[in-house]
Amino acid sequence: MTQLHQLTAAATAAAISSGEVSAVEVAQLHLDRIAATDGDIKAFLHVDPDGALAAAKTVDERKAAGEELGPLAGVPLAMKDVVVTKGLPTTAGSKILEGWIPPFEATITRRVLDAGIVMLGKTNMDEFAMGSSTENSAYGPTHNPWDLTRVPGGSSGGSSAAVAAYQAPLSIGTDTGGSIRQPAAVTGIVGHKPTYGAVSRYGLIAFSSSLDQAGPFGRTVEDTALLHRVLAGHDPLDSTSIPQPATDVVTAAREGARGDLKGVKVGVVTELTGSGGGYQDGVIASFQSGVEILRGLGAEIVEVSCPNFDYALAAYYLIAPSECSSNLARFDGVRYGLRVGDDGNNSLEEVMSLTREAGFGAEVKRRIMIGTYALSSGYYDAYYGQAQKVRTLIARDFAAAFDAADVLVSPTSPFVAFGIGERMADPMAMYVNDLCTLPASLAGTPAISVPCGLSTETGPALPVGLQIMAPAMADDRCYRVGAAFEAAYNAANGPVLSNIPTLGADK
Amino acid sequence: MPPGHCRNRVCPACYCGSSGLAAAAVALDSGAVSDERPTLTRDEVAHLARLARLAVTDAELDLFAGQLDVILSAVARIGDVAAADIPPTSHAVPLENVLRADVVGPSLPREDVLAGAPSVEDNRFRVPRILGEEE
Repeated sequence: MTQLHQLTAAATAAAISSGEVSAVEVAQLHLDRIAATDGDIKAFLHVDPDGALAAAKTVDERKAAGEELGPLAGVPLAMKDVVVTKGLPTTAGSKILEGWIPPFEATITRRVLDAGIVMLGKTNMDEFAMGSSTENSAYGPTHNPWDLTRVPGGSSGGSSAAVAAYQAPLSIGTDTGGSIRQPAAVTGIVGHKPTYGAVSRYGLIAFSSSLDQAGPFGRTVEDTALLHRVLAGHDPLDSTSIPQPATDVVTAAREGARGDLKGVKVGVVTELTGSGGGYQDGVIASFQSGVEILRGLGAEIVEVSCPNFDYALAAYYLIAPSECSSNLARFDGVRYGLRVGDDGNNSLEEVMSLTREAGFGAEVKRRIMIGTYALSSGYYDAYYGQAQKVRTLIARDFAAAFDAADVLVSPTSPFVAFGIGERMADPMAMYVNDLCTLPASLAGTPAISVPCGLSTETGPALPVGLQIMAPAMADDRCYRVGAAFEAAYNAANGPVLSNIPTLGADK
Repeated sequence: MPPGHCRNRVCPACYCGSSGLAAAAVALDSGAVSDERPTLTRDEVAHLARLARLAVTDAELDLFAGQLDVILSAVARIGDVAAADIPPTSHAVPLENVLRADVVGPSLPREDVLAGAPSVEDNRFRVPRILGEEE
């Protein structure tokens, strides 16, 4: 029997709205679920029972007063710890911000709270969102609920694990090079990276400002769309926010769920199908059967080539570290966070160096140094400048591909969830996780990951994700095709997530 | 010393007088594929760490020197792309400078901001000395 914590966000909101259950009961149930399971999963860095129950009580009071509630009122959510929350600890997974309590609210936090969504707490992540496994968190790794010895993806691994483990029906992640889509794929849930500029970055702790984008996780495409609608929209506090109304992703998801893709052209990107090797066979097999499902829905499948995607990894690992080396200069031990070595004798510069040494982890230091190198005046043209030109070429490849197809598809990641510790010694082995997600990051285009199968190639059955990419400001296409795919897949096989091993209170 | 090293110049990153970093000697704008990849020495990593204000340990220098060299060698293939005539993209979405109306708005309360500071004195951020004795 479906338990309350297993309901979708839409069904949870409907149950609250109809009076079947109160928002306080829903919040308490999810807090209990976290208490029962998070010792194993470690998805949360901070749980806020008082705040969650107070927010839920407000929803119940507004309902009792006859107010009309929003479509997600009372639904619990887990927030990635890179998003600033007034009065709640925010560390971005780093020791350098341990104990910091933000004095202001991020725009998306404000939007979530205004929608009556109940924030349960803050989720674990790779430090400053740099990583693909959540192992770079200064507070220890999060464990994948499919297999506790494996990673939940990253950098938004706490947010993906929380939703997959039924600790919350919704969560928020951020995606700079794949940090929403890859964790969604390896935990068997849905995750969407919106068009760059569609969701405000005000109050995100910046990693790579020209790439960072927050977005929703859910267990269904419709739930993900419902949260997307709450997050998206112009924000004058973010100078890169697009001053246009957001696309109607909820309607697109509901239309898609009817399962008709006649007239839709789906492009399979040659460069992202593992023809050169390096992709797991189980991933390729799930992807190919996914393409056949799309064909069965009436979509026309075409092959498109995007030759410059082969350089996306190199471009990304120059641009993102360059921007991070600049953004993280703000952690100087003066205005917030850690200060080390302030003995009255050391200079500011010495204190700064000692603070950053003590406060940053290895991956953050590596990226700061790579960025410092790439931005050095003697090498700027060869590295950062050249990477920006390649970024143009990747955007042009997308433009040409979208002349031939309405959406593009690929596996979300070349691999299923890997073992904790397996890839930590070799930074490049970690970076290749982002192979399929980087092009859309560099082009600023939207992309969704939807579960498309299971692979037993590396041991237990583990989920595989299908990435659906669309042109800028056409996020609705991701949701339409994603929902159609999900409906057809579930009708044939049952939901991927129904195969997840039982955890904690389920036992 | 690797090819392309800026022997005759001061460090191009900060003009500090150091002999500088190893350059990736890639023939970028010719479109030619180059076999020459960066080689980053331990001393050069130490210099980068100084520039980035990271008081790294000797053990970290040993670890990072190898790792950064691998990463830089991998990303150096960016130079294989013929892109001389291609304009750079800094942001995915075309941006115009946005100015808000010149109206005074509320600021964060001073006590809220100082509450997060590592050290406060006289209602201000307390900063370690910024000048050395010789300066």
